[in-house]
Amino acid sequence: MMMILKLANPVLGLVIAPFLLGVINRTKAVFAGRNGQPLLQPYYDIWKLLRKGAVYSRTTSWIFRTGPVLGLSVTLTAALLMPFGGLPAAISFKGDLILFIYLFGLMRFFTVISALDTGSSFEGMGASREVTFSALSEPALLIGLAAIAKCTGYISLTQMFQSVVPELWVKSGPALVLAGVALLIVFLAENCRIPVDDPTTHLELTMIHEVMALDHGGPDFGFILYSAALKMWLLGQILVGIAVPIHTGNIWLDTPAAIAGMLLLAVVVGIIECSMARLRLLHVPQLLIGATTLSIVALVLR
Amino acid sequence: MSNTADIIMIFLVLTNLTLLGLSRMGSCIRIVAIQGVALGFLPLVLNNWNMELGLVLFSVVIISLKGIAFPWMLNRTLRELATQREIEPFIGYGISIIAGTIALVACMWLSTRLPFPEPLMSPLIVPVAFFTIMSGLFLIISRKKALTQVLGYLVLENGIYAFGVALVRQQPMLVELGILLDIFVAVFVMGIAMFHINREFDSIDTDQLSRLRS
Repeated sequence: MMMILKLANPVLGLVIAPFLLGVINRTKAVFAGRNGQPLLQPYYDIWKLLRKGAVYSRTTSWIFRTGPVLGLSVTLTAALLMPFGGLPAAISFKGDLILFIYLFGLMRFFTVISALDTGSSFEGMGASREVTFSALSEPALLIGLAAIAKCTGYISLTQMFQSVVPELWVKSGPALVLAGVALLIVFLAENCRIPVDDPTTHLELTMIHEVMALDHGGPDFGFILYSAALKMWLLGQILVGIAVPIHTGNIWLDTPAAIAGMLLLAVVVGIIECSMARLRLLHVPQLLIGATTLSIVALVLR
Repeated sequence: MSNTADIIMIFLVLTNLTLLGLSRMGSCIRIVAIQGVALGFLPLVLNNWNMELGLVLFSVVIISLKGIAFPWMLNRTLRELATQREIEPFIGYGISIIAGTIALVACMWLSTRLPFPEPLMSPLIVPVAFFTIMSGLFLIISRKKALTQVLGYLVLENGIYAFGVALVRQQPMLVELGILLDIFVAVFVMGIAMFHINREFDSIDTDQLSRLRS
């Protein structure tokens, strides 16, 4: 029984993660006065891509084929470290939040070198941007999590989020709000949402993440989409873990509350996307430095 | 730590950091005004919303000066100016924010080194007051336009004010009203001076004032 509970979060992630994208798209459609695509469209897309065959350029090597597979497996590994609502994490040890963050670093590294492997200068440009921005968002994420760890007194993700209870909000609310805002900015930057990157543009000179996936096709691209959705699900869980401090001990109450929190987060992201434009590329580093500063303030003031 | 004084202190830190990263002078003036209003509530908050006549009067004076009078005068000056933004400061905005963060950490450290005879209402007041003084100084040093430097001067005064209110909880008014009078006159004079400098030299860039005009 315990084993099933422990594996529930990765399975839940695999099942629900693409749905979040659907919710975001639907929110944007409602705000724009459109009907929008079906809520399950991301699932159809991934299913369609998985059934296709892949085409590989002769200039690419094994690195290009490794990238997407490794990305998906790394995000699944990260899902094993993350507790969600009443569900415990499958693996939990002291300091696992650092592993959690750097698993995404590994994924990014392979996405970047498989983009560079194609030899296309356009993809190289995307890779360069991705690395620049992630170098700035990583300290924000790490210090933000450190601030929460300092508030709760634990450095393991499971214990950390278990101890975010309403009393902690009373005790150190301002620090949690600051860290939460910083982590929201990191969430938007890491998932290539609007103030940093526009997920709906293809072949535009200012986009970041889509550029790197241009040469991938078929199942590989399906893997990339799936791991992007999972990454969003996992990073969103950090935010929901702070903002939804419901720990009654009953998993049938805690987990639905957390899932509702995730859906709410998706709606919030949708609202952010339709209420503001993408920032100029030069201003993105300023935003991320601002997020880092907020994290540091949260860490110092606690 | 979530009492109201702490929230005001954190608000102060955030406004300071925003000021370090903003280029539009209009927005800077607005932020200094908001900061002034928040500070105006500080003596009331520190006395647990004790509605004594003197305290309320003091708060009202502070809010109307820092929140209304100064911004109004500065805005009037801004309208006369040719430029609306700080162009090419000595130290860029990103680096300013980083420097601000370092200053904040340094102030937190410094405040642990300063023993106070009686425990303060909020442990944050002293470091944040220092930090406000530092960011005011930083604005004065790193920006070129006279208007932004005046804003730095105001922020510096806000820091001194916060420090004074925190330390002399009973009788801050005498000291504070003295400082306020100074500042009032200073802003007034600087407003007029800036207007004249602008008319004479077509710029309020203080860097250019060091060159002699033929």
